[in-house]
Amino acid sequence: MSPETIVHADPRAAANVPPPLLAVDGLSLEFRTRSGVVRALEDVSLSLQKGELLGVVGESGSGKSVFAYAMLGISDAAAKITRGTAVFDGMDLLGATERELREIRGREVSMIFQSPRTSLNPIRKVGHQIEDVLRRHAAVRGQDLRERAIDCLKRVRIPDPARRYEAYPFELSGGMCQRILIALALACQPSLLIADEPTTGLDVTTQAAIMDLIVELAHERQMATLLITHDLAMAAQYCDRIAVMHAGHVVEVGPAQVVLHQPQHPYTARLIASTPHTADSIAAMQPIPGSLPDLRAAKLPPCRYSARCEYRTERCDTEALPVVPIDATHSVRCWRAAA
Amino acid sequence: MNAPERNIPLLRVQRLQKHFKVGRNAMLHAVDDISFDIAPGESVGLVGESGCGKSTLSRVIARLADPTSGALQFEDVDLAVHPAAKFARDSRRGVIQMVFQDANDSLNPRYTAFDTIAESLRLLVGMKDAAQIKARVEELATWVGLPVDLLSRYPHQLSGGQKARVGIARALAPSPRLLILDEPTAALDVSVQATVLQLLAELRDKLGVAYLFVSHDLNVVRLLCDRVVVMYLGKVVEEGPAEAVFTTPRHPYTQALVAAIPDPDARGRKTVRAEGEPRSPINPDPRACRFHGRCPKGEPKCELTMLDLKEVAPAHRVACHFA
Ligand SMILES: Nc1ncnc2c1ncn2[C@@H]1O[C@H](COP(=O)(O)OP(=O)(O)OP(=O)(O)O)[C@@H](O)[C@H]1O
Ligand SMILES: Nc1ncnc2c1ncn2[C@@H]1O[C@H](COP(=O)(O)OP(=O)(O)OP(=O)(O)O)[C@@H](O)[C@H]1O
Ligand SMILES: [Mg+2]
Ligand SMILES: [Mg+2]
Repeated sequence: MSPETIVHADPRAAANVPPPLLAVDGLSLEFRTRSGVVRALEDVSLSLQKGELLGVVGESGSGKSVFAYAMLGISDAAAKITRGTAVFDGMDLLGATERELREIRGREVSMIFQSPRTSLNPIRKVGHQIEDVLRRHAAVRGQDLRERAIDCLKRVRIPDPARRYEAYPFELSGGMCQRILIALALACQPSLLIADEPTTGLDVTTQAAIMDLIVELAHERQMATLLITHDLAMAAQYCDRIAVMHAGHVVEVGPAQVVLHQPQHPYTARLIASTPHTADSIAAMQPIPGSLPDLRAAKLPPCRYSARCEYRTERCDTEALPVVPIDATHSVRCWRAAA
Repeated sequence: MNAPERNIPLLRVQRLQKHFKVGRNAMLHAVDDISFDIAPGESVGLVGESGCGKSTLSRVIARLADPTSGALQFEDVDLAVHPAAKFARDSRRGVIQMVFQDANDSLNPRYTAFDTIAESLRLLVGMKDAAQIKARVEELATWVGLPVDLLSRYPHQLSGGQKARVGIARALAPSPRLLILDEPTAALDVSVQATVLQLLAELRDKLGVAYLFVSHDLNVVRLLCDRVVVMYLGKVVEEGPAEAVFTTPRHPYTQALVAAIPDPDARGRKTVRAEGEPRSPINPDPRACRFHGRCPKGEPKCELTMLDLKEVAPAHRVACHFA
């Protein structure tokens, strides 16, 4: 195949596989700010099957949260989607009205936000917040409501759930607020869960319990999950596939273990090398050289990683970047792989 | 690092308690009789399950909250006697700094990243010269790997990890002697994390800054910290040299914690989980070990007597009947 051919990021979609639950194609988004246009996403294509766990990893500022928010139509007012499509279960997300989106949010698609404490209602007991969701989405009523809410708290391993039902967010620890948010997101039995760093504030034992719960729901209810994280080890352990983002581009997508062990993009390889897991001293940790480019630059090169890349060649800065399929499930956005 | 006994500690935490009233006759024991030292230039890791009291302990030490009882000796002064509200205006304020767990929650939404860091310089260092402030803010931003072009942004225009770096730069601004970091790297990607950790190691080696480093990332704690304190439901259950605690954990809770470190090669394999219901921190039975009920080794005697920390190896202390 010639390198210029742009293939779909998930070639399975082209084969005889059921249509994906979520299909994002060529999405570009920018922020108009006073100091210039921030081109936060460019030509992002990703898809997700029912019951699948897709990990989205990448450096801080690479566009993971902006991507997730764009799906739900909750971007900053300064945000403008300039290109692309996003289809969820047959519905065009980007063309949807605010009302249609609100309908979908919480019923079909749930989101766990990155900052747990500020996403909870500070003046309402957490038990009541869960009941609100149950009442709205699961049609639970009366006596059962309280029981179900307490059960939700238990499932996310809040100790003494009957008493914690009465707590206000400020009375809970950071990780507990996070778990309340997870409980809220799961209470409405979504078919798609978008989880932005759902377990970063949690200790490893609680994290493991939460991830087990998400995996269980994926199997039981065919819930699909978009898991945003910068913990590559965790993504590799729990996700079916991993997408790597850098400066608003998806640079590599593939099966989790393949991406981890045979990364094809130089950035992915760097990301793996800078994991503390693999280092035996602080000095041996390798920060990725350079930083993300200023996304306001009038002329960003086609490959936004080129200035940091040890394999940079002239065409990286001049020719439009190809998406190169390594095999049916693995693709990378890099001239080096096209060679 | 020198053995802490030979140094005069920078910070001595003695029998510290912080209880919250959470209803009629209901006391939540967030921090329950905790004692430990931090030597000058020492990095102490504080780990433990979500909700075990790490942030509460940190906030009390940073004098942002008042303890219920206990002493908090910083060099030669007892800080516990100064009410938190008064300490906010104390000249020693800049000496202990804290990086907060939720960067979102702790940044003023109406301040740009630049203003946030500059305010710390003005208030705690007394810096006035605009050019000097600008140079120092840019230096701090560069230290923590925050691109200088982001300094003009407001919090809502920054990503999670970018906000976290603003918080770290603000805390470093007054050159503290003790820096309390509550999950500083949770929001950071591995690359920025490496930059920040190398900076912390450098500040410790060059300037002798001491750290209380709260983190769930045990790999990072192992690499950065000299000593580790393991908490479980308000109590210290194990304390010792980082290497010893991670390679030969003695408390069953620490063992479960170490076993649960994510392993990228463990796809599909279930790691050991601490089973059973965690006990409640509200009105806990003062006799029972807090881990009893989830502990694989638990026996009836664990319900009846909770042991104090006892030394099992040099500087390695554990509170368990079976250690
Ligand atoms: N409202 C906004 N105005 C201008 N720029 C913005 C705005 N929101 C986000 N950005 C920028 O868009 C880029 C992507 O941000 P995003 O929050 O998606 O990063 P992220 O990958 O989620 O990072 P992190 O891991 O730190 O959370 C960042 O450079 C950020 O500064
Ligand atoms: N203001 C408060 N009122 C009542 N209870 C509180 C208050 N602040 C904290 N607590 C309780 O104290 C305990 C310890 O909370 P803390 O925030 O210190 O935990 P943590 O170890 O930092 O947890 P995490 O890892 O989840 O951040 C929790 O049970 C929490 O609910
Ligand atoms: Mg984010
Ligand atoms: Mg905390």
